[in-house]
Amino acid sequence: MPTLITTPNLPDPDSVFEALMNAHRDLDPTTSRQLDAKLVLLLANHIGDPDIVKQAIKEALLFL
Amino acid sequence: MPYTPPRYPTRPPTDPGARHQVVVVGGGMVGLTVALDLAQRGIKPVLLDDDDTVSIGSRAICHAKRSLEILSRLGLGDALLAKGVTWNTGRVFSGEKQVYAFDLQQEPGHEFPAFINLQQYHLEELLVAACEKAGVDLRWKHRVTCITPHPTHTTLAIETPHGPTTLEADWLLAADGARSEIRRRLDLPFVGKTFQDRFLIADVTMKAPFPAERWFWFNPPFHPAGSVLLHRQADNVWRIDFQLGWNADPEEEKRPDNVRPRIAAMLGPNTQFELEWLSVYTFRCRRLEKFRHNRILFLGDAAHQVSPFGARGGNGGVQDADNLAWKLVAHLHGQAPESLLDTYDAERIPAADENILNSTRSTDFITPKNEAAHAYRAAILSLAEHHAFARPLVNSGRLSRPATYATSPLNTPDDAEWPQGSAPGTPAPDAPTDQGWLLRRLPPTFTALTFGPSPKLPPGLAELNLPPTSPAATRYAATEGDVILLRPDHHIAARWHRPTEAAIAAAHRRALCQP
Repeated sequence: MPTLITTPNLPDPDSVFEALMNAHRDLDPTTSRQLDAKLVLLLANHIGDPDIVKQAIKEALLFL
Repeated sequence: MPYTPPRYPTRPPTDPGARHQVVVVGGGMVGLTVALDLAQRGIKPVLLDDDDTVSIGSRAICHAKRSLEILSRLGLGDALLAKGVTWNTGRVFSGEKQVYAFDLQQEPGHEFPAFINLQQYHLEELLVAACEKAGVDLRWKHRVTCITPHPTHTTLAIETPHGPTTLEADWLLAADGARSEIRRRLDLPFVGKTFQDRFLIADVTMKAPFPAERWFWFNPPFHPAGSVLLHRQADNVWRIDFQLGWNADPEEEKRPDNVRPRIAAMLGPNTQFELEWLSVYTFRCRRLEKFRHNRILFLGDAAHQVSPFGARGGNGGVQDADNLAWKLVAHLHGQAPESLLDTYDAERIPAADENILNSTRSTDFITPKNEAAHAYRAAILSLAEHHAFARPLVNSGRLSRPATYATSPLNTPDDAEWPQGSAPGTPAPDAPTDQGWLLRRLPPTFTALTFGPSPKLPPGLAELNLPPTSPAATRYAATEGDVILLRPDHHIAARWHRPTEAAIAAAHRRALCQP
């Protein structure tokens, strides 16, 4: 079973963070929530593996 | 013309204390279906119903392909096709816009469509007539007031308009609905989930321009606070569900004065309509831990209950009846040990769980529980307008699919590779043949489908021989010399390439729990 990658895997992380911040910059909290939900759904579909998505959910819940 | 329910005659009991092989309690669509199936297989049951008519009100309307095939086996196929409204298309709207449409029509070459819509009372009238013809002992206005289980039978105390009476049943089939009195009297826990929401269900007679399709709206302009579902039924009756929210007052909401403006807003001011039936519901998903309790077996809503999104209540119940009838008859005819009846649990509990899972997920989508659930649903509906990937995430009801008994102990596992076709446990697919539809040609007994020259078959099996190059062979992924063993309920028990007679006999014994 594929395992969720939790070591650095993203080239140019600063640009990804910047893109996320730019997208949210002028949004109210409700619209920001919509944006994040759409991003999660788009990326989950792109990943295409329910197990990876569920591992990510588990990981994200760990230190809340 | 509004529907006028029939009144069935009530006769004085003539056999107080008599012992019967099978007593069915509950004359709804599931009780009538199992009684008819038993009678056609040679065991004529007594059926007790506390009323003297069919089910009135907002009951089952969407009969899935598998139910139609089962009811066709019982002789009702033509009547259902003639009277019901055939549909294959569903549309989902969000706000003012259509999000997407789906087509449930399967590949061509099946007699029955994905669904027909027909009021439960029409189906029950057909079933009652068929039960009378088949010799079911229908006893109307017979209300069970007390049941006493014994190891080998159950004693029933019954109230009738002609006074009290008693009966004994070797086998008692409880098909007495979601509020099952038998379940309550046995004090069996019926646990699960209640959804904090209310729905107004209106059956409306009107001449409307909508096509025969399933239409589901999330927050439409005419009902921005919730969802709406529209289905066409026979006789120009339409089913409309309005989601009202948990705080709605059921008594207020079902007053015709309050319902009319809702429907007028939906249909526009110029559509004339009459209200046939109004009710306000809260939905539950729950089941009994076991459906068999020694000599008492539960079917339909008495055994398991789901929300209506997905049409899994009535269709699940018809499949319960289909599963139980042949097993009980095989046992009563001395062909199978009592343990065959345990496989009713082994096969129908996973089926009920699948229905509960799907129905729970649909209801959770339709009734978001918190701000995050609302946000995700809005994101999905918005994405689905533009992107195909998001459409499978929209859940306005996952419509009933036939149960596959993939893990059943009655299946004989494949001993070779099969490229496609139907695995053991799946219901036999239909196909056109040169002498009519395949399913219509199957006897209601263990049957070997053979392709090409007939192999030597063990005794006790019917045979339907088909050309090795035919639509049926393609559908079953069968080639010359293959054999597919079907059970009396037309689920696949086993399949082979060129089997020995002994292998077929062993699979036949296994499907009957014979040692």
